[in-house]
Amino acid sequence: MYNAGHYDVIVVGAGHAGVEAAHAAVKRGAKTLMLSLNLDMIAFMPCNPSIGGPAKGVVVREIDALGGLMGKVIDKTYIQMRMLNTGKGPAVRALRAQADKPLYIQEMKYQLEQLDNLTMRQAMVEELIVEDGEVKGVLTETKAAYYAKSVIITTGTFMRGRVIIGDVSYESGPNNQRASIKLAENLESLGFDIVRFKTGTPPRVNSRSIDYSKTEIQPGDDNPRHFSYETTEMIVDQIPCWLTYTTEETHEIINENLGLSAMYSGMIKGTGPRYCPSIEDKVVRFHDKPRHQIFLEPEGRDTEEVYVQGFSTSLPEFVQHKMLRSIPGLEEAEIMRSGYAIEYDAVVPTQLWPTLEVKSISGLYTAGQINGTSGYEEAAGQGLMAGINAAAHALSLETLILDRSQAYIGVLIDDLVTKGTNEPYRLLTSRAEYRLLLRHDNADLRLTKLGHDLGLISNERYESFEQKLAAIEDEQKRLSKIVIKPNDELNAILQEIGETDLKEPLKALELMKRPKVTYDVIERILEEDSSLDIDVKEQVEIQVKYEGYITKSRQQVDRMKKMENKVIPEDIDYSAISGLATEARQKLEKVRPLSVGQASRISGVNPADVSILLVYIEQGQIKRLSEDER
Amino acid sequence: MMELDTIAAISTPLGEGAIAIVRLSGDEALTIANKMYRGKDLTTVDSHTIHYGRIVEPDTEEMIEEVMVSVMREPKTFTREDVVEINCHGGLASVNRLLELALYHGARLAEPGEFTKRAFLNGRIDLSQAEAVMDLIRAKTDKAMHVAVRQLDGKLSKLITRLRQQLIETVAHVEVNIDYPEYDDVEEMTLNLLKERIALVSDEIIKLLAMAKQGKILREGISTAIIGRPNVGKSSLMNALVQENKAIVTDIPGTTRDIIEEYVNVRGVPLKLVDTAGIRETEDLVEKIGVERSRQVLNEADLILLVLNNNDVLTDEDRQLLEIVRDMEVIVLINKTDLEATLDHDEVKRLIDGKPVVTTSLIEEAGIDQLEQAIADTFFTGGIESSDLSYVSNARHIQLLNQAKQSLSEADMAIDSEMPLDLIQIDVTRAWELLGEIIGDTVQDSLIDQLFSQFCLGK
Repeated sequence: MYNAGHYDVIVVGAGHAGVEAAHAAVKRGAKTLMLSLNLDMIAFMPCNPSIGGPAKGVVVREIDALGGLMGKVIDKTYIQMRMLNTGKGPAVRALRAQADKPLYIQEMKYQLEQLDNLTMRQAMVEELIVEDGEVKGVLTETKAAYYAKSVIITTGTFMRGRVIIGDVSYESGPNNQRASIKLAENLESLGFDIVRFKTGTPPRVNSRSIDYSKTEIQPGDDNPRHFSYETTEMIVDQIPCWLTYTTEETHEIINENLGLSAMYSGMIKGTGPRYCPSIEDKVVRFHDKPRHQIFLEPEGRDTEEVYVQGFSTSLPEFVQHKMLRSIPGLEEAEIMRSGYAIEYDAVVPTQLWPTLEVKSISGLYTAGQINGTSGYEEAAGQGLMAGINAAAHALSLETLILDRSQAYIGVLIDDLVTKGTNEPYRLLTSRAEYRLLLRHDNADLRLTKLGHDLGLISNERYESFEQKLAAIEDEQKRLSKIVIKPNDELNAILQEIGETDLKEPLKALELMKRPKVTYDVIERILEEDSSLDIDVKEQVEIQVKYEGYITKSRQQVDRMKKMENKVIPEDIDYSAISGLATEARQKLEKVRPLSVGQASRISGVNPADVSILLVYIEQGQIKRLSEDER
Repeated sequence: MMELDTIAAISTPLGEGAIAIVRLSGDEALTIANKMYRGKDLTTVDSHTIHYGRIVEPDTEEMIEEVMVSVMREPKTFTREDVVEINCHGGLASVNRLLELALYHGARLAEPGEFTKRAFLNGRIDLSQAEAVMDLIRAKTDKAMHVAVRQLDGKLSKLITRLRQQLIETVAHVEVNIDYPEYDDVEEMTLNLLKERIALVSDEIIKLLAMAKQGKILREGISTAIIGRPNVGKSSLMNALVQENKAIVTDIPGTTRDIIEEYVNVRGVPLKLVDTAGIRETEDLVEKIGVERSRQVLNEADLILLVLNNNDVLTDEDRQLLEIVRDMEVIVLINKTDLEATLDHDEVKRLIDGKPVVTTSLIEEAGIDQLEQAIADTFFTGGIESSDLSYVSNARHIQLLNQAKQSLSEADMAIDSEMPLDLIQIDVTRAWELLGEIIGDTVQDSLIDQLFSQFCLGK
């Protein structure tokens, strides 16, 4: 063993969580080391070649508003960009990009290489150095000891990873990379509560063997938008995806071979996510459905590999060939990589504080799939927060906890550390109580100031953000002063868009509250062509149109905040509180919530327990008060 | 999250004393009271002052009670929050109505011991009482839960569960369109379809609330009017019912109206015998206020006892009364069977068409049994099932049902103004949560469970 150096922060792993963690730590001024098993696999996407979508796309924007990398890198490397849910309300619109996988890795690595305070090194971490409940550093396979005040573990699905294809199984990380065995054993010996989760991925096929004429084209948007608030140039040349369907024959093949599936033969013990079922799962559970959608998604511009979305499977390889070839367009398909299931260790996330610091080991953080989540965006969001807080721990800076009304990232982490999860956790818009406030269009309004205060957002960017704020306000003021008078021309426009005639003069801002009167319509009516940025127009329109609902949501948040602001003292002794139900006491002792609000979200803690907790806390305060008076 | 909102309760023992108080405490105590109250603007009056005014129905502005309202601003109050106390006179019914109104305008029904708890939480109560308060909370909350659950009739519970299932399926449908926009298994939920589904649930809730009103009748007594020409035996009837059955509440003279109410329990059916204009003094409602006015009085009654004289022919007045009450809950008494029968019983039966007719001789105390049986029959078979009634009278349930109805009607209005589905869904989900509170099921993960069991999703 040799002393390989001292750092402020060490990040173990360089997936989507690891890269954001390292980047954020560096931005906060921490001297940072990032260790990866394979530096060619930085921010590798082992599953679908896409980033964003409902809820997840908002997370990417939140990461960007806090200075993170994901949005910037995907904006430079996408092969297709789409805005989803355009026909629905503003709260659920979301961007999704199809990624160029190899290019994404290359660009991410390049971005990180530019950071002065970051050391990247290829290494397998086998052990944590922990003394007196405090983390001191890590030990690698090659006997290097790295020391740091904070360590972040972002090992994804590598811990005791096991790949399963039919009745074949072997120790492996995703995509046949080395599994991380010793670190898993080390964590167990350090007293971590570990669960076994499972996920899976579909086969990849050679594009040249696909007959696209039998499929439907899925093109990108004509005017693509971007994730990052810093992106100014868009990639116009986009590559389409293709849609086809499974057939009765596919389902027959699956049913005939079900016994050979690792999922049904009992070989897999880990818990899989419901929202990401294998094709055999779909066929069994929804046997009435005559066909399932299959999307063919290119893995990049300079590769012929195509990802068969919707076809995740752990059936034997020979069955996969047969199944695929029963699908229109894939009759001659050549598999390049087989689909597989992967089992891995995850830590029970209720062991973490909302900063993602491990409760039992000071200075140690975990982020990403190791915390029981699934998805690149969920991982990246946690990585960012762990990086911010690990740097704070190392450098004695301010920590950051986002609450449920501030960001999807806040919802994600609060869910994890408060409730835990018994399957790989995926963000859904329905998990957010205040999703109308957590829109993708206002991520910068919600978080840029925070990011700037923490040193993650440059002064230059902050200035342009302030200009945007001012522009939104000015435009609202301007439109609130313009009076639109009814006349034939105006009413012709209104009729054209399916609105009723205007009878009395109305302020432009008020007219925009009508469902079909968009900002563009107002521009048309006023016969002006505003030079304002599309983001500003969008913001003005949304804030005006949905004012009532937004106000209602804000009131809900205010009510919630009353309970969130009731802080539970760190030294609280739950066993000393008479009246708490046993289950509630056990849960409270385990989760150790920071506020009464968080306590009330723990399952098994009922309203009576919350009341008692409130009384107890108040009692403590009175006691302290009377002691002070003495 | 319900800890720090504005709470309300009747803070005087029910049914006792001439004055009842509805107390509100919390940030919104003043604004809520102000919405119910017509008089000075309570939000601007000085603290610790008392004001005279009226409490009115929200839509009709119809007066319910004349009241005295005490306004006490924080911190010098029992709970150290803003407190409003509404002092009223009338009986049980009007106090309950006052409380319901407070809930309707946004207060939450206080849990047992909650005012005390707040007083403690806000540092008003001595430290030595802390343990006692905690015990109180535990005991009362558990008991309240127990009672609430017990009060839940199996039928109601099933109905609420079914309504919630309908709502969550609808919400899941909206959600799946949002979270899986490319998922083609289901059609997009449309505004029209959503409107239909909301209407279905809303209608059921309205029915339940109508039943709740009946439930309240059971608790408070069926308002019963005794009518008939002079000297047919109305006071004898009232006296007979009161003497036969112990009066559960004796005279509660109101201060604003000259009402005398007698509460009697007839074979498990509580009757509130209403003497609107003082039958005992004038002996004649019809004579005093005229047929038109008595029609109005009768309309407010739940049950009418029409007394006819066996010893007299049917007069025009009798015919008019029979005509008026024909479509109401009515029992006809042919009294004075001890005297010669000059009344044409068949004609009476024809005129009243199927309603129960009982013959009595109140002087000889004959026929009272049959009358009581007829009252019990009318009640228990009259489309109102007694078993449904205990639960819907729970003020908390009524409040939650009202709020759920309100949420659905907001969703409905949003549909009419063509708001996006994901916003309308907020109110639908709220209704689902509120119904869940009735049956004690508020697990938030249910939606996600529903999503994945209803639809085949994923990559």
